[in-house]
Amino acid sequence: MAEKITIGELHLSGCTGCLVTLADNYEGLFKLLDDYADLVYALTLVDVRHVPEMDVCLVEGSCCLNDKTSVEELKEARAKSKVLVAYGGCAAYGNITRFSRGGQWNQPGHEAYVPISEVVDVDLYIPSCPPCPQQVRNVAVMAYLLLRGNDEQKNLATAYLTPLMQLAQRGNEACGCDLLYDVINQGLCMGCGTCAGTCPVRAITMEYGKPNVNRDLCIKCGACYAQCPRSWFNFDVMNNYEGIMDAINGAMQ
Amino acid sequence: MDVLGNYKSVISARSTDKDITKKSQDGGIITTLFAYALEEGIIDGAIVAGPGDEPWKPEPVVATTKAELLAAAGTRYTISPNLNLIKEATRSYGLDRVGIVGTPCQMQAVRKAQLYPIGMRDVDDKIALALGIFCMENLSYQALEAIVEDHCNQKMESVKKMDIGKGKFTVYTERGAVSQMPLKLLSKYVQPGCNVCLDYVANLADISSGSVGSPDGWSTVFVRSMKGNAVWDGAIAADLFETKPMDQVKPGLDLVTKLATEKITKNQKNVDARKTFGLKADGTAKGLRNPYETP
Repeated sequence: MAEKITIGELHLSGCTGCLVTLADNYEGLFKLLDDYADLVYALTLVDVRHVPEMDVCLVEGSCCLNDKTSVEELKEARAKSKVLVAYGGCAAYGNITRFSRGGQWNQPGHEAYVPISEVVDVDLYIPSCPPCPQQVRNVAVMAYLLLRGNDEQKNLATAYLTPLMQLAQRGNEACGCDLLYDVINQGLCMGCGTCAGTCPVRAITMEYGKPNVNRDLCIKCGACYAQCPRSWFNFDVMNNYEGIMDAINGAMQ
Repeated sequence: MDVLGNYKSVISARSTDKDITKKSQDGGIITTLFAYALEEGIIDGAIVAGPGDEPWKPEPVVATTKAELLAAAGTRYTISPNLNLIKEATRSYGLDRVGIVGTPCQMQAVRKAQLYPIGMRDVDDKIALALGIFCMENLSYQALEAIVEDHCNQKMESVKKMDIGKGKFTVYTERGAVSQMPLKLLSKYVQPGCNVCLDYVANLADISSGSVGSPDGWSTVFVRSMKGNAVWDGAIAADLFETKPMDQVKPGLDLVTKLATEKITKNQKNVDARKTFGLKADGTAKGLRNPYETP
């Protein structure tokens, strides 16, 4: 077995739901930590006080521009990580903190919250609120294969991670409106219903086969667009779904 | 990749269950397989296109009995957003082993939800049987109404069966009338999102089934995945299907290959044309988005 990679979690303005999601892999998390990754930083779980060097840094939460420590730690994490992941809707898209506007005790000046890519370059997105245990597991396994695997494994990991990296390049604004702008308006929606199925707040209903978004319910997590099979559909990976799922399940045995 | 996708075997088949073939569109493959999988505990329920609140408008439902499966038998040529229930089936319905039927695009959505579960927690390993149906294109409900009521001059509620084949859209009424529309009139009614689809025979399903290639009352069946193979072998052992080797039926696999190639060639052109759809100020092309390249 190759040397483990190092993973950390930087907790900014988040709710720890993303970290709970990682833990919700149950014994899968122990398998990850036994064989593939050392958890070198995570204030909730590890008594390491300062941001260390990391292969992969999962950043949870958005960044409060009015909180100096948040900005400094985020920049430090960027400088010390090979792969910086916006883990969850808040880090990637702002999510519920998009609605923050200050005026609450005892820091009424804490009003400006941004997705982390406003402050640092981000390599990869794992959207949604909450994200899925299986998605963060897949990213962890693929990151291990990317950094420690043979050429074939590196190719697989690169192919798998590419759309999540492209998502990070696409931007940091998310909303149910993405389905309008980038799917329906683009002539790409075929009415499968995935967006409505994935929305964590049931803001999307299917009316005569097309999504109808209740934008006052939407919390801007980015799940609907990212899960939509017409946001991206990479045939090179999908056509090999059986092999890849077997490989991931095998790695977790 | 071959236009027919990866598969382990292809067979012409029909159900031996007369309750099913009385109601089924073709050979009753999907209904029979789900009924078998329910009985054997391979699935706890299946997401199917059940009856909706308007005639011939499907509504995705979680079926847990053969009666519910029978109510969903037959093709509705309009959109049924079956993926809407994929997560809910594992939540309030409490299913551990989910069956789902769908068009090629819906099978793609299932596999994406398994490989990249963004907002689909605990769904990936609960997909027990994904059955795909061949699909050339789909229609909005309003388009279907225009075809049935204007072109075929029949009331939606009087229709017993609709069928696309041999160059015609055919409507059969309860009282025995048959009305047709030439398929060349169909194109303006096709759902625009279907014009970029590069899959005809549900390449990513565990088992896919459709009418093309087999005689009336029979279906062409591709057995694709390990899971699909196990279920198919079980159903055959239980004498649930009559089968014929594909090379012994007319019009056979050649026609399936021909139609698949036509669909994919035409739609690949549409995908490519999106790249140069518009015009930039400097005279170069401005494009529309291509989901097969980047989000």
